[in-house]
Amino acid sequence: MARINLILLLVLTACALGLVTSQHQARKLFSELEREQERAKQLDVEWGQLQLEQSTWAMHARVEKIARERLRMIVPDAKRTQVVFPGVAAAGSQGAQR
Amino acid sequence: MNYAASPVLALRLPLWRSRLLLVTIAGGFLVLAGRALYLQGWNNYFLQQKGESRYSRVLEISANRGRITDRHGEALAISTPVKSVWAIPEEVQFTSPQRAKLAALLEMPPQEIDKRLNESTSFVYLKRQIPPEVAERVSELHISGLFQNREYRRYYPGGEVMAHVLGFTGVDDVGQEGIELAFQSTLAGKSGSRRVIKDRMGQIVEDMESIREAQNGRDLALALDAKLQNLAFSQLKLAVENHRARAGAIVVLDAKTGEVLALANLPTYNPNNRSRLSGAQLRNRVITDTFEPGSTLKPFTVALAIEQGRVTPETMIATASGTLSIGKASIHDAHTFGDMSVSQVIQRSSNVGAARIALSLPAESMWGMFDKVGFGSLPRLGFPGEVSGKLRAYKTWRPIEQATMAYGHGISVSLLQLARAYTIFARDGELMPLSLLRVDAPLAGKQVISPDTARKLRAMLELAVEVGGTAPKARVMGYRVAGKTGTAHKEENGAYAAHKYVSSFVGLAPVSDPRLVIAVMLDEPSAGQYYGGAVAAPVFSTVMGGALRMLGVRPDAPLKPLELPPEGSEIKEGV
Repeated sequence: MARINLILLLVLTACALGLVTSQHQARKLFSELEREQERAKQLDVEWGQLQLEQSTWAMHARVEKIARERLRMIVPDAKRTQVVFPGVAAAGSQGAQR
Repeated sequence: MNYAASPVLALRLPLWRSRLLLVTIAGGFLVLAGRALYLQGWNNYFLQQKGESRYSRVLEISANRGRITDRHGEALAISTPVKSVWAIPEEVQFTSPQRAKLAALLEMPPQEIDKRLNESTSFVYLKRQIPPEVAERVSELHISGLFQNREYRRYYPGGEVMAHVLGFTGVDDVGQEGIELAFQSTLAGKSGSRRVIKDRMGQIVEDMESIREAQNGRDLALALDAKLQNLAFSQLKLAVENHRARAGAIVVLDAKTGEVLALANLPTYNPNNRSRLSGAQLRNRVITDTFEPGSTLKPFTVALAIEQGRVTPETMIATASGTLSIGKASIHDAHTFGDMSVSQVIQRSSNVGAARIALSLPAESMWGMFDKVGFGSLPRLGFPGEVSGKLRAYKTWRPIEQATMAYGHGISVSLLQLARAYTIFARDGELMPLSLLRVDAPLAGKQVISPDTARKLRAMLELAVEVGGTAPKARVMGYRVAGKTGTAHKEENGAYAAHKYVSSFVGLAPVSDPRLVIAVMLDEPSAGQYYGGAVAAPVFSTVMGGALRMLGVRPDAPLKPLELPPEGSEIKEGV
């Protein structure tokens, strides 16, 4: 009888210690999760700011101005525009081969 | 000395004294046990609270306001966190170098800080909405009595180009104008809170409960196309400057889906910096202003007459005299060309012709036509400040009013209503419901006129932009275009002002399978020209051409340079 009690006591102690350890682990993991979530939120904010920056740099008015002034690009006028339709283009190239 | 013989030991105390002591002590223990039982069992709330407050904390979970993007996902409005610096003036203690540094960081003179601190004793904002980096440096000054809280600030990268559609939010991130106001409940997030357990290092170790779930605002994808919007805005701006107009507005609709692809107004404002704003800058003229549209209404009267079988496009109308007298009033045309066919009435924009056609129609059916295309009723976009325009009940119409209404006087509409009404010509008779948000499955339109009538009208409107029509400048190379000019005197104090006009143009393209409807309006052009065909039509042409190219719409006309009629020989419409 006494021996069984002793064994049970040992098992109980082991279980108790196990509980303490796992609780500690759980808390450590949870605080890590918390930190990562905070980081995710911060990254989300940063993403928003980067999107904002991208939109500001990519403003159509700005792009157009740079294209026109710095790169000296122009919109081709009607006389220099050739519109090619997929179906018609195939026929045209065949004609060129012949 | 013999202690054993001490008389004290021989003393015998009465038994009741020890009993009394025993009972008293036992009683004391009982009271303690009872109290303990009471505190632990019955009235345990207070102590539990005290215990919890040692380790549990309630955390606020902030929620973001949703982003607004254009139809392709380009960001148009984004909230990012900023800080506000506030103080409890009673507790503020700083040395004068600290004060100088603070003033430099907040970009305000030191005297201003002192002034603010004297305003109140318990709470005062020093500066709201400063960038987080600056806030970081402010907190490094370690000034007591100075605090910060987190706020959101909305940025609009599109600036003045999109201002009127998007609107803006106030300092509390709540929508005040435009889409921001109209979709406030969708965009706004709900901040939440939760209870957690913190250890002595201040780290969260356990989640206890969620008190309120935080909900981020939903992102909103508008129907707007940023590229197209920019094109429309820049062309409108150019025209307003060239013609020294007081204001201008343009709206681009997708005829297939009813989406508003672009909507611009002038004068405008920068939503990121709203320190000096006037009412004129804020007004979204496309949606919230009405004007007498003028000749752009003629096609509706003609469509009704054709629909009722009273005329065909070839029917001749007696317009040779160039005037039409009804009672005391008379209606004039700018030019006389002899008698015209119904097609020519539209092509050359004859007031007399339109009035004659109108007078052959019952007032009730004319009212019904205007009503069915949406005049006099709200466009139901959900946009704040939408107006319905003015369409009086047909029972009160006098004949002269019915005649003038045929060419767009005595009735007022918003530019948006006008553009929407033209979807019946672009869609074989169907009136489309409009949407400011991106539409994935187009809603069903409402059949107003028969497809056959719509196609006939489209052919007439195409004549109006050919040489010999009122708006050859509206043509676009490579595409067949149809449209109608409008030039109307402005109403001032109940009478028409002699030299103040509203010039407009509404049109659609490509005619073979219409994709876009564009309406342009310029208010009081004062650089000499004021006819819709000279002022508004060129804007329509460049925007339509650019937009069709951007959307990759297949050209339906030969790519030949357009010929313009020689100077001075333009066909002027009746005003």
